[in-house]
Parts: sequence; C-alpha cells; structure tokens
Amino acid sequence: MSVTINIKNLVKSYKKVEALKDISLIIKPNELFGFIGPDGAGKTTLFRILTSLILPDSGSVTVDQWDVINDFKNIRKITGYMPGRFSLYMDLTVQENLEFYAKLFGTNIQENYDLIKDVYEQIAPFKNRRAGALSGGMKQKLALSCALIHKPRLLVLDEPTTGVDAVSRKEFWELLKKMQKKDITILVSTPYMDEAALCDRVALMQSGKLLSLDTPQQIINDFKGNLFAIRTEKMYTLLNSLTAFDAEMQVYRFGESLHVSTSLNPSETKEKITRYLTEKGYREIDIEQVTPVIEDCFLALMNKTMAS
Amino acid sequence: MNDSREKIIEVYDLVKRFGHFEANKHLTFDVYRGEIFGFLGANGAGKTTAMKILCGLSKPTSGSVKVAGVDVNRHPEAVKKRIGYMSQFFSLYNDLTVKENFRFYGGVYGLGKKEIQQRTRYFLDKLNMQGYESMLLRNIPLGWKQKLAFSVASIHRPDIIFLDEPTGGVDPITRRQFWEMIYEASENGTTVFVTTHYMDEAEYCERVSIMSEGEIKALGRPRELKDKYGVKNMNDVFLRIARNVE
Repeated sequence: MSVTINIKNLVKSYKKVEALKDISLIIKPNELFGFIGPDGAGKTTLFRILTSLILPDSGSVTVDQWDVINDFKNIRKITGYMPGRFSLYMDLTVQENLEFYAKLFGTNIQENYDLIKDVYEQIAPFKNRRAGALSGGMKQKLALSCALIHKPRLLVLDEPTTGVDAVSRKEFWELLKKMQKKDITILVSTPYMDEAALCDRVALMQSGKLLSLDTPQQIINDFKGNLFAIRTEKMYTLLNSLTAFDAEMQVYRFGESLHVSTSLNPSETKEKITRYLTEKGYREIDIEQVTPVIEDCFLALMNKTMAS
Repeated sequence: MNDSREKIIEVYDLVKRFGHFEANKHLTFDVYRGEIFGFLGANGAGKTTAMKILCGLSKPTSGSVKVAGVDVNRHPEAVKKRIGYMSQFFSLYNDLTVKENFRFYGGVYGLGKKEIQQRTRYFLDKLNMQGYESMLLRNIPLGWKQKLAFSVASIHRPDIIFLDEPTGGVDPITRRQFWEMIYEASENGTTVFVTTHYMDEAEYCERVSIMSEGEIKALGRPRELKDKYGVKNMNDVFLRIARNVE
C-alpha cells in the first residue's frame, strides 16, 4: 500500500539562510509527485526532513499515521531514498551493492526481484563490475535498484536526472511510470522544467517557497495573459528591440524563438508588434500565439514574486 | 555558409584510443571565430575526451587539431593561453574572495597587476557587482557565481571559451541572463564552445554537433537539423540521433 504524506507549516533554516519558508502540502497515495525548481529552492532540505535525516525547525510531516520525528524508525523501513549524490559504494560490484542494501533492510534480492526487474535487467550484464567503473546512466539505474530492493511504499528521488543526457532522462522517466504501477508513492525533484509534464502533480519551488502546486495541465491553464512566439530573420537584436517596445510585455528567449507574454488580446498584439518590428526594419516576421509550457509558467511566477 | 570566416578550431580525422576502446572515431569539424558552437551528445559519447584534447589536456592518438592557429599536439601550453574554460563543477575557489579569484586566474594567465585590476573592475561593473569585491565566493548566490566564473574565464581575452554544462541547476531567469553573456562574448569576436543537456539551449547555438558512440552523427544549424529529421525541436533531433531509434 502506498502512503499519504502530510506536510504542515514546515520551516528550516541553516544559520542565516531560510531553506524552507512555511511549506504545507499533501501528497496522495500512489502519486508521482514532482518538486520542480533550481538549486537553492529547498528541494533537498525537504527530502531530508521527509526521510528523517534532518529535523525541521518547526512544523510537522506525517507519512500515513507516522510522525517523521517520533516514528522515524517505521518510516525508514518503508522508504526508498536515492540522494542527489550517488549513494553507492564505488569499490563494491553492482551485485554486491544490491546485496548490501537488501541485507540492510533484512531482505534478499530474490524476494523482491519482480519489483526491480525492469531496472536491474538493464545493468545485470555488468553485475560483476565495480560501481565506480559504471557510466553515469548505469550508476543511476543501480542506485534506483538499491532504493527499491526492500519493496518500499514510498520512493524519494532527489534530482535523479541532473547532469544526465536527454535520452537517459527519457528512459528513466519511463521506468518511474512503471514503478508507479506497483502501488508506490513517488517523490521526484528536478531542475528540468520539461519533466514536470510527466508528473501527476507538481510543486514549483523557488527560494524555499512554493510558487504553485497543481497538476501540470492546471498550472498551464492558470497562466495569465496571452503568449506569443516570435521569430524574425535577424534574432540577435530582437530581444533588445522588443524589450524596449512595451514595458507591460514580458520578453524572453525560448528555444529558437522569443516568447512575449502580454495581457493584450491576440489580434491587437500581433498587429502592434508586426507594425513596430516592420518600422524597425525587421523582415520575415513570424508571430504566432502559443500554449505555454511549465517553464513559461515558472518564469511568470518568478517575475510575479520578485515584483511583489 | 559563412565559409569565408576565419576558422578558429580545425579538427581533422581526430582519433583517441584508450587501449582497445575508441573514444573518438575520426572526428572532423571546424569552428569559426565568434561562433557559438554547441557540442552535444549522450553521456559517454566521447565529448569530454574530445574537449580535453581541444584544450591541450590530452593528446590525440592520431589526426590533427589546431586551436587558435596552434597545433595542439605539438604546443599544448601555447593553446592553454588562448582559451578560457569553465564548468559547473570546476571554476572558482569558494574560500577566496571575488577579487582574489580574479587575481588568481589573472596571475595564472600571466596578466600584470594593473591589467588584472582593470579587468576586475570592468567585469564587476558589467555584472553590477561593485561592492562585492571582498565577499567570499561561498557567500555568493549560485547564479552570480556562474556569471563570475564566465567573467574570470574571459579575464585574459581568450579567443575561445569552453563551457562545460555551465548552466546546470540554475533557475530559468539566470540561465537566460547567462546566455546573454554568451551572445555578447560572441558579438565581440570570442568563440564559445558549449556543452549542455538543456535542449532549448541547443537552439541558441549557431551550429551544433551531436555525438554518439565516439562519432559526430550530425552537424549543422539547429534549423537545418530540425528540417532534416522532420521534427519540431532539438530535443527530438537529439532523441533521434543519440537513441538511434525511430
């Protein structure tokens, strides 16, 4: 049975830095829940409190009926944790690492093999290789196997895809989707905004605060105003030209285009921008309204927080 | 196009072997002065190996590599003076102040005291960081650190700056500010050679190469590559090439 997590008014500071500023949220059973934000957002601190590795200054966390401070032993038994830095013993082989983690939790590889099968099969050909000699992607899969070997009901993954290439990231998310079907509550943190779309719900975090908490689709639906992608023949000066055009508009680079966010209506915006850019001597002006993605929402929320 | 531009990096038939393992298999490519060149590939594709050779830190098994007109194989030390290097993991010293970091790297690159002072002031003005000279690096927020690291890597006016995943973990606003610095450097004639796992950043490059299993599988402008593979964005191009499946 997967677990419910209830986080209430959580506060944690390190000397002068407030790592978590009054965070409250509930994570539902069997959710694949994402904490999305840059370094310094408070993701790791939150995960360390959840896994009873550090104590909060105030506030509470319960995992099902258990309190993270008083009942930490119960919580540790049912939690699989993959920290950001690799948790493996580099001078043990792949198989030895897995056996070690299994023994630590009083189980063995055979007992829960069906749970790790999908992940472990991909690294099994290298089971006699030392963990230190594995590539980044393989280390990550071994660490996931180790976090799963005691059949946890809660899986906590701290930035499992940081520094990992786009192909391996995609494969890793496919694995997580499979894990979710085994009735596990999964928490993942990531700095990659595009991974938000793969979660059931996400918390967008910045400097110890929640900017937003919802399904990825709802966060996108809540995007205020209209968003446009603009391209012209000359891209380099376009950002400066458009930034100077109208202070109400937010302009930023987005892949091969610039994104402009405005409260004006679509036809008016298109006409105004096209006229302005034509006067400025731009040619081949291509402007179309687009649906925002999570990164657009994150940027808008960041700007809103900074303005207030 | 733009073949008339000066070539600042010339790699011809570069091979690097470790024992029986061929990490770089006959790489041939050029990079032009002032270009922003994205060097992409899966983990373990051989990017780091190639980059170390370009920086004069490792010798090729065979092939020729010229960086800023210098033969890397014969004069690795001369190459190092013409390039700057920054990565997410190795850049500035946390227990030195901002000013001391500039002074240290300026000294390493053989700049005089006066020039180091001038360059330090120039960068701090540009970053709007006047008044932070004496702050320890460890107390500087990550986003600023990365901009400082880029500046320090440029202190000796290198021809080429190598950036190895410079924006990992940075928030989306700072990431964009960082790219503005890259564009500015490029406008001023500095070549920027950058690796990244953010595929939207691949779109910001003038040209990109994509490596897989030690080979360059694709090289061109982002637009050309997207057209060639009939996909919408560089992420899809990357998945096509690096995953090697339909």
